[in-house]
Amino acid sequence: MAEQNQQQDSLREVTDIRRLMERSSRFISLSGLSGVAAGIFALVGAAVARYVVFDKYYDEYDQRHHFDNSDFARLKMQLLGLAAVVFAAAFLSAFYFTWRKSRKEGRPLWDFTSRKLFWNMMIPLVAGGLFILGMLQYDDWRFVAPACLIFYGLALVNASKYTLTDIRYLGYFEIVLGLLNMQWIGYGLYFWALGFGVLHILYGVVMWWKYERVSK
Amino acid sequence: MKNPITGLNKVFDNRIRLGVMSILVVNEEISFNDLKQMLEVTDGNLATHLVSLEENGYIKVHKGFIGRKTNTTYSVTRNGEKAFSDHITALENMIKGVK
Repeated sequence: MAEQNQQQDSLREVTDIRRLMERSSRFISLSGLSGVAAGIFALVGAAVARYVVFDKYYDEYDQRHHFDNSDFARLKMQLLGLAAVVFAAAFLSAFYFTWRKSRKEGRPLWDFTSRKLFWNMMIPLVAGGLFILGMLQYDDWRFVAPACLIFYGLALVNASKYTLTDIRYLGYFEIVLGLLNMQWIGYGLYFWALGFGVLHILYGVVMWWKYERVSK
Repeated sequence: MKNPITGLNKVFDNRIRLGVMSILVVNEEISFNDLKQMLEVTDGNLATHLVSLEENGYIKVHKGFIGRKTNTTYSVTRNGEKAFSDHITALENMIKGVK
């Protein structure tokens, strides 16, 4: 009898240790719905960008048969503004679903695991962002989409050490997509929509199915 | 420290001390406040257990500053790592029913 009790105690202790080791090294409240929401905003953004570039800009060009620098500068500002809005919307919606999940689980959203995740994600992301702005400074637009995909993929692979490991595979796909895009330079917008839209939604659905569906 | 029959370490015979060790073996360095948040314990309670772990040579204390505020961080020692892994082995044996 005493032996059985001790066995139970040991089992409980091991479970406790395991839980703390896991919880203190990874941020696990990341919600799959965050991915879905970010993906939807990316697709909407890509559709608007396509409209602005192809339907408006090229149409005007066809009508007037010439463009000066100010037209191109205007297009650049429109696209940059659009990118900022899409990023903000995607980020906020992603934040919201993860906040909701962490609250439901009764875990703090901002503890040292999410802090570590955040910084490790930010390093490749900020480096990539500055790199892309640098390219724009020299009027090189060709590599914007591939650079977005590659740096984002690297950020995810790096972040996967601090959250659900599945995110690493999303990172691999983004990197491969970015490298493929280098061979089809004119199709950046489609690769971008595939990487940031479709892949996010697929990943989000899989994550939701795997980790969140059961707890409902 | 070890119970000669079970091989379990008496220092780890407490939920908080065991919790501190579990967190420290997977994190290089961790602050007092982060430990407190993760284990959901009071300042005084956590401090007492940290002192006893330090006295046993299982953890190292680093006192630093962020601006003017003290920032105390903790990390596991090689001894502590060894003791912790021995303790887990003992627990596993217990579960398997090996003596």
